[in-house]
Parts: sequence; C-alpha cells; structure tokens
Amino acid sequence: MDDLLREFLTETNESLDVVDVELVRFEQDPNNAKILDNIFRLVHTIKGTCGFLGLPRLEALAHAAETLMGKFRDGMPVTGDAVTLILSTIDRIKQILEELEAQQQEPAGQDRDLIDELERMVVEAPAAKPHAQAEAETKAEAETKEAAGSLVYQILERPLRPGEVSLDDLEKAFRDTAVEAPPPPKPKPAAKPGKAVAPPEEEKSDSKVSSQSIRVNVETLEHLMTMVSELVLTRNQLLEIVRRHEDSEFKVPLQRLSNVTAELQEGVMKTRMQPIGNAWQKLPRIVRDLATELNKHIELEMHGAETELDRQVLDLIKDPLTHMVRNSADHGLENPAERRALGKPEKGTIRLSAYHEGGHIIIEIADDGRGLNTEKIKSKAISNGLINEAQAEKMTDQQIHKFIFAAGFSTAQKVTSVSGRGVGMDVVRNNIDQIGGTVEVNSVLGEGSSFVIKIPLTLAIVSALIVESGGDRFAIPQLSVIELVRAQTNSEHRIERIKDTPVLRLRNKLLPLIHLKRILKIDDGTNSEPENGFIVVTQVGSQTFGIVVDGVFHTEEIVVKPMSTKLRHIAMFSGNTILGDGSVIMIIDPNGIARSVGSSVTTQHATEAQENDDHHVTVEDTTSMLVFRAGSPEPKAVPLSLVTRLEEVDAKKIEHSNGRHLVQYRGQLMPLVRVTDQVAIRTEGAQPLLVFSDEGRSMGLVVDEIVDIVEDRLNIEVGSDTPGVLGSAVVKGQATEIIDVGYFLPLAFEDWLRRKEQNNLSSARTLLFVDDSAFFRNMLTPVLKAAGYSVTTVGSADDAIRLMKNGQEFDVIVTDIDMPGMNGFELAQTVHSDTKTANVPIIALSSMTSAEAIERGRQVGFHDYVAKFDRPGLIAALKEQSAALADAA
Amino acid sequence: MTNVNDNHDGNFVEFVTVLITDQLFGLPISRVQDVFMPVNMTRVPLSTPEIAGVLNLRGRIVTSIDMRCRLGLPKKDDNRTPMAVGIEYKGESYGLLIDSVGEVLKLDESTREPNPVNLDARLARVSAGVHRLDGQLLVVLDVDRVLELGNEALAA
Repeated sequence: MDDLLREFLTETNESLDVVDVELVRFEQDPNNAKILDNIFRLVHTIKGTCGFLGLPRLEALAHAAETLMGKFRDGMPVTGDAVTLILSTIDRIKQILEELEAQQQEPAGQDRDLIDELERMVVEAPAAKPHAQAEAETKAEAETKEAAGSLVYQILERPLRPGEVSLDDLEKAFRDTAVEAPPPPKPKPAAKPGKAVAPPEEEKSDSKVSSQSIRVNVETLEHLMTMVSELVLTRNQLLEIVRRHEDSEFKVPLQRLSNVTAELQEGVMKTRMQPIGNAWQKLPRIVRDLATELNKHIELEMHGAETELDRQVLDLIKDPLTHMVRNSADHGLENPAERRALGKPEKGTIRLSAYHEGGHIIIEIADDGRGLNTEKIKSKAISNGLINEAQAEKMTDQQIHKFIFAAGFSTAQKVTSVSGRGVGMDVVRNNIDQIGGTVEVNSVLGEGSSFVIKIPLTLAIVSALIVESGGDRFAIPQLSVIELVRAQTNSEHRIERIKDTPVLRLRNKLLPLIHLKRILKIDDGTNSEPENGFIVVTQVGSQTFGIVVDGVFHTEEIVVKPMSTKLRHIAMFSGNTILGDGSVIMIIDPNGIARSVGSSVTTQHATEAQENDDHHVTVEDTTSMLVFRAGSPEPKAVPLSLVTRLEEVDAKKIEHSNGRHLVQYRGQLMPLVRVTDQVAIRTEGAQPLLVFSDEGRSMGLVVDEIVDIVEDRLNIEVGSDTPGVLGSAVVKGQATEIIDVGYFLPLAFEDWLRRKEQNNLSSARTLLFVDDSAFFRNMLTPVLKAAGYSVTTVGSADDAIRLMKNGQEFDVIVTDIDMPGMNGFELAQTVHSDTKTANVPIIALSSMTSAEAIERGRQVGFHDYVAKFDRPGLIAALKEQSAALADAA
Repeated sequence: MTNVNDNHDGNFVEFVTVLITDQLFGLPISRVQDVFMPVNMTRVPLSTPEIAGVLNLRGRIVTSIDMRCRLGLPKKDDNRTPMAVGIEYKGESYGLLIDSVGEVLKLDESTREPNPVNLDARLARVSAGVHRLDGQLLVVLDVDRVLELGNEALAA
C-alpha cells in the first residue's frame, strides 16, 4: 500500500501540474477539444485512482470537477468563473495530497463548499447550454463535431492504444457524452471501472517513453553525483602523477580511465538535467490569477521550455523566476486603460525565454510594460543613502537600474498583495549570486524591461582557470573569464595608472584592473613589477574588469566543495576545491571581487574616461567644451563657459583697418583675432566667430567651423609650447588642442590688461590663487588680472602656506577645494587660525558645489563659494569682498 | 605520569594530551577524530588570524586552527613541524595545530577544578577547567568553544 500510495502521490502531483497549465490554456482557447480531453482524462484518472485507493474525499472532489468539465465538453460555454472554480478545486486536491503525504492517510474534513459550487454550476449549465449552442451555432458546428465526433475518438485511440482494458470504458464514457447524456450517468460508468483500471492507464498514457524510463530517488542521484565528483578528483590526481613520470606504463590505461570518467561524469550530469519548463509550470496559473486580481490582460509567452539544466540549479532558480514574473505582471505591465492611452495593445505580454550559451543557460524575462523609472530609482537610491547626488549625476541609466537589486529597495508606491514589500529583487539577486550566476536589467521607459539571468548549467563540477598570485594558487571559474592578456612593459599591452588606479588599454577601451594580491591582502603588491603580469579579463554582469595575477597555469575541471563556515564570510571566495596534486585551493568569486571594488570599477564606459599621465592636471568633473576647427583639421576646444557668444557674421562686413580685421558688432568695432596664421578670414559667406566679452569690450576669435559642444573630462595630457595653446587633451576620443583664451585677449587690445591695471592701480590688490590644476591657473589668471588684481599663483595649499609663512601678504585668497595633499577646507582653517591672516577673505572655487560642500565651506570660514567655471560669479564675489574690505578699512 | 585512580566510583574521562608552548592541554578523546601531520597547507587570504589554512586530509578539506594564535600564545619560533588534532564540529572537519601530542590520560571528573580566576582571558575562554597532575597542570580544552571563533571574529 505504501509503495502504491507513493506512486499515486508522485503521479497525481505531476498530473495536477499539467492540469493547471492546460486549464489556463483551455480558458484562452475554449474551442480546443484536444486540451479539454487531455484535462478530462487526467482528472478522470485521479478520480479513478482515488476510488481504488479508498480516498473518498479526493474522489468526491475530482468527481465534481469532472462533472463540470463534462459539461464543457457538452458545449457549455467556458467562463472564467468556472475555470477559477475548477482551479481552486485542484488547489484543494493538492492540499489534501500534501497532508496525505505527511500523514499517510486522507485528512478528515469536508469539501461540501466546493462540491456545492461545482454542482450548482453543473445544474445551471443546461440553461446555458442551448443558449450557447444557439448563439455559437456556426462555430459550434465544427466544435461539436470535434468534441463529440471523430476527432475525440482519434485522440482517445492514440494514448489508449496500449491500455486495452480502459479503452472500452472510456469509449463508453465518451459515447455517453456524444449523445449528450445528462451528467449523472456519465460519471458513474466512468468512476466504476476507473477504480480498477486507472493506474495502469496513467502509466500507459505517458506513451511509450514511460516504458523506457524508471523513477529513481533523487537521493540516489545525488549520491551518484558525489561519487562521480570524487572519481573526477582522483582521476585528476592520477593524471598529475603521470604527468611527472614521463614514460609511465600507466599512461595508456589512465588515459582510458580519464575518458571513461569524463563520459561517466557527463552521463550522471545528464540524469540530473531537467527541462527548465519544470520551473515554469506554475507560472501560467500564477499569471492568470494575478491578471484576475489586478484587472490586467496578460499574456505569458514561453520559449525554450525544453532547455535543460541541472536540477539543483533548477530548484534554486525557481523562486527567483516566479518572483520576477510576478514583478513584471504587477509593476511592469500597465493596466488596460493606461496601455490604451499609450497606444499599446491592451494585453500586456510577458515573455520568458531560455537557451544555452556556452557552459551556461540564459533566461530572459521581458515585458512590454512601462519600464523602470530611472528618476524614481535615482531619488530612492539617494534617499536610501546608497549614492549621493553628484554620483547619481554621473551614472548611466543602466547603472542606476542596478539599484533595484539593492536590499530593501522597492519603488512600488503602494504595497499590493503581490509585491512592493521591499523584499524582492535583492533576494532574487542573492539567489542568483549563490549559484554563481549574474542578472542584468535592460529597460526603456515606456517600452518595457527585460531581465537577463545567466547561470551555470551545473554547480557541482566547474571548469576553472588556475592562477598564481603571491605564491598561492587560486581557481577562477571559466564562466566569467572572457580572455587572458599578458601585460609587459614594452608590449602593446602594459599596465598604466590613473593616479593609483591601474588600468589596461585594451582595444581602445580602458579596463580597470585589480591586483589579486592586493585585494586578497597577500602582499601590498609594491615589490612586484607594476607593469607586468597576466590579466584575467573578467565579466560580471555588465561590469568588465581585469584581475592581475602573477601566473596562469591551466584550466581544470574542479569539484566545488563548500567552504568551512569559518571562512564563508570572505566574499572573495565562493568555495574551495582539491586539485589534481592533492592541494586545496580557494575558488575566487568574481561577484565578490566586483562588489568589493565597487564604485571604483564602475567605469564600464571606460572609453569615456581618459588615461592621464600627468596627475597634476586632473580635473575630476566633466566640463562643457566648445569644439571647433581653425587652421587645421585637428579639433580645438575651449571651455564653453569662457565663451560669451557664438556668432556668424557676413564675411563682407569684415573690415580691414590698420593691419587688423574688425567687424561692427553691436554698435562697436570688434577686433578679430585668428587662432593661428593658417586660419583664413573668409571673403564671402558667413564667418563663424567665438565672441569673448569682458567689461564692455568684445573680441572675436576667427574659426573655420564650430563642430560641437561636448561634455567631457578635461585632462590636459600634453603641455604645449605654442603660444595660445594650453596643451592637448582627449575630447570625445580625439586628441584636441585646448586654446588659451588669456593669450588672445591682449592680442585684440594691447591694453586689455594694462588698461585695467591702470584703472585699478590705486586699489590694486594682491590675490593668491591656489589650484593644483595648471589648466585653471592658466585659464583664470588673465581673468583675475583683468579684474585688477596682482595675482600670485601656486599649485598647492602647502605652497600657499609657505608663502604666507615667509611673510607675503595677500588681500584675498582664491582657492580650489579638491587638491592633493592639503585641500581647500584645511587651507582655510589654517589661514584663519593664524592671527596675522585671520581676516583675509577666502573664496572657494570648486566643481564640488553640492549643498553639503557649501555648508562645510561656510563652517571653515570661506567667505564665498563659486563654481569653477562661473567666471562672472567669481568676479562678483571678488568685488564684494574688496568692497567689504574697503568698508572695514 | 599517569594519574589513574582506578577502582574509584567517579566519572572518568579520557583525554588526549597535547603540548602548546610548554603548557599541557587535554582534549576529550571522544572529540578527537585523528592526529595527523599537517602537510601542504594552503593559507586562506582575508581569513581571521587563527585560521592557519586549509588542507586535504584523505579527500576532505580540513580547516586548520593555529592554537597558539587562538590561545594568545607567542608564535612558534622553532622550525619543527606542528602536529594537528582532527576534530569534527557541526559536520565540518577542523585541525587544531599544536606543538606535539602526548599520551592518553584517564582522569577523574571529580578532580577537575574550575579555572583560576586570574587565568589569561583568552585561555579562560576555551578552558573547561584544570586537572592537577604530578608536577604540572593540565588545562582541559572545550573544543566547541575553541571553534567558536567565527562569532568572536565577527563581533570584534
């Protein structure tokens, strides 16, 4: 009885899962008699078996459900209510089965509620039947023919051909329905023979495949797998030994053993493989229920359900998948009204697809809903303290979308019964991380989102790259390794540095590098040659980085063994393994490495980041730059904030006087200056000009063509001796000359600076300008001079302090905030703590203009805080301070 | 130096005695799986200092605990290879690295004395009492507490 019962439970559970799926399909396609027959047959089998095993409660439920389904076959219209009722009946059956499994006997209880409902619907059916038939006469013609006619027999014959005993009974049952028999007589004949017949019938209905397959206990398979793993290890060990003894007689048999082991391993792995469809089975039902609950129309498409993966992985991925599909249905898809308003079809689609790629399986969950709201996620991430606003500004949409995987992150405005309770995507991500997988999100606002999960096919045995770092060996799972690069001082690939961050130029991209030694704190990595090493290019999600190791050995199939609980807190390792030579090595977890490096490796858009050899000219933030051409095909650029206007003047209006080009501009004569002598001033057509204005005077810089305005980091990499050129920088991937506006201003008006100086001679004030960036020193000094200051520039706060210690006095100090060594805040504090200089006004000049920075600035005693490119703001602030000083004096 | 009071009604516990520095420790024999020479040990970066490394003992991965470090004793200065006592704890294998293994002693539970109050805190933490032997003291090691280093490390 026990065996029988267990068999019954397994089979029935499987059948019920099928019924679930089939019913949802049937609801959408009520005319498909084939589906209905399939369901009918399954429920019938369950009923029959229950009677046979003496399970009256189950039998009664199945019977009532079967009766109602019989009505469907008789042509009763299929309503959502009826399907819901049958589904809940099936849920009840499952519930009873669970208890049955636990207690070995059918639990006590009544199912009168459901049975009454079912029967009520059956009774109401006759009224509906003629109506339905009349209504759908034309359609029904084909349908009834299908349902009652030949097709039914065909379908019946096929699965039942091997089961001779049941054929008669079922034929009889179907003949009854064909004659539109009233409900009572039908179940009876079906039920009675079913008792004796149903179990073999189910067996055989699985068609011929079932006779070739047997059920094996999962534990047996697990054990087999463990043994095979051990065998693989031993084989590896033997191979290692033979490798050391060149001409061993063991060589040939061992080769054979190795092959057999590999095949055995593959075979055992195969036994553990299951189609991913098994994990999807419950989804149609879930989506249907959700759709009803949320009043949405949802279609669930499933592709590649036959894709196989290890059952252990399958188990682990089941819940995350369900959660994500729920999420898509709840958050992702809009309700029908919204969709209509957006011009989308009312029915939203969730598409699940799975396929193999290399040694892993890719599962994609896509919906055509509203997509992720980047702004909402951003503000939530900021309010949760995950990032600050400045960081958020610099992040790409995709980087921001990643925050949905952060713990406690839910942007759902209201908590529904489905989702929005803050436990969600972080759990999904953890589950996927655990099995060494990755999840990525791609989303377009208004068009939908898609989640791409990449997981290994199996967890037990993985292919790994064995590397050496600091004298120790480590395994890096092949799954995340893209390529290997050897870096050498003189080769094309060498390790370079941006400040202290090592990078590698790889096919025009900058790859952030991580020294394995350093991240594992094996040694500080200073004594090794910094420019050499092997770089394991690794990809985790959309993040690509290079792990620098000292040596690379080979790849090996390793058996992952869980780490001791004492070591499990180390995120850098995912497990350990025993190598062929018998030694234990740690398996690197690329996810852990990626996370530990965190934001410093978020340079996926490394193309935009420039490498820079002169650290002292580093400007961290992006600058708007006007790119133009003048005199040569190479682009030139100038910070946009320095340009007053862009103009095009009619070339005919350009006049020539006293050896200079002039143009009448806004009622004044504006001198024109060429960037180089090669720039030809046009004689016809429009002449583009960059206009620089100051104190009512304007100058036009003649250029050939204005190319673009770009946002980019401004790092002057190569200085220049050419007058008027500060140096070269990479702007949007192209070497660009940065123009020194300060050089051209005096060219236009010889007295530009002198005039000012004279004007302000009486009040000429001394100004100390502190900035680590030579670019800004060059750029702003003329501006400050023009404002009437005698300017002293220094490149660091320490130099500034030294000057003041030496007795130099300044009326006002303008300083950058973000500087290597002593920063602007500290400088201000130092200046103010000295009684001699305590009253000197200090103006901060910085790209860090966040509210906190400004507040901090006030606290340390900055008199004003000006954004780095706000030139008029700086002049105004200086004037204000001078006036204040004058008043005080 | 056996100290077996036979024909006594008390509870006898057998201890494997080990030497760490010059101090004698006793491990209940019921907890000791085996004694082995740790060879080919792999150190584990980023682990707590007590963890000397991991090694392969007949196909099992054993986590080795440096008992000197665990007990706050000075590092080993001679080059003699340490010995290891294999312990099973919550289904995992551990090896306690000690200087040398002595013999098995059968000691009467009733003669076990509580830790002296002034015992070094790091020692007191893992000690389950002291037995007075001829000419020396034997500190009984509480194996479970020795291996509870994860929590302490996390709390620190």
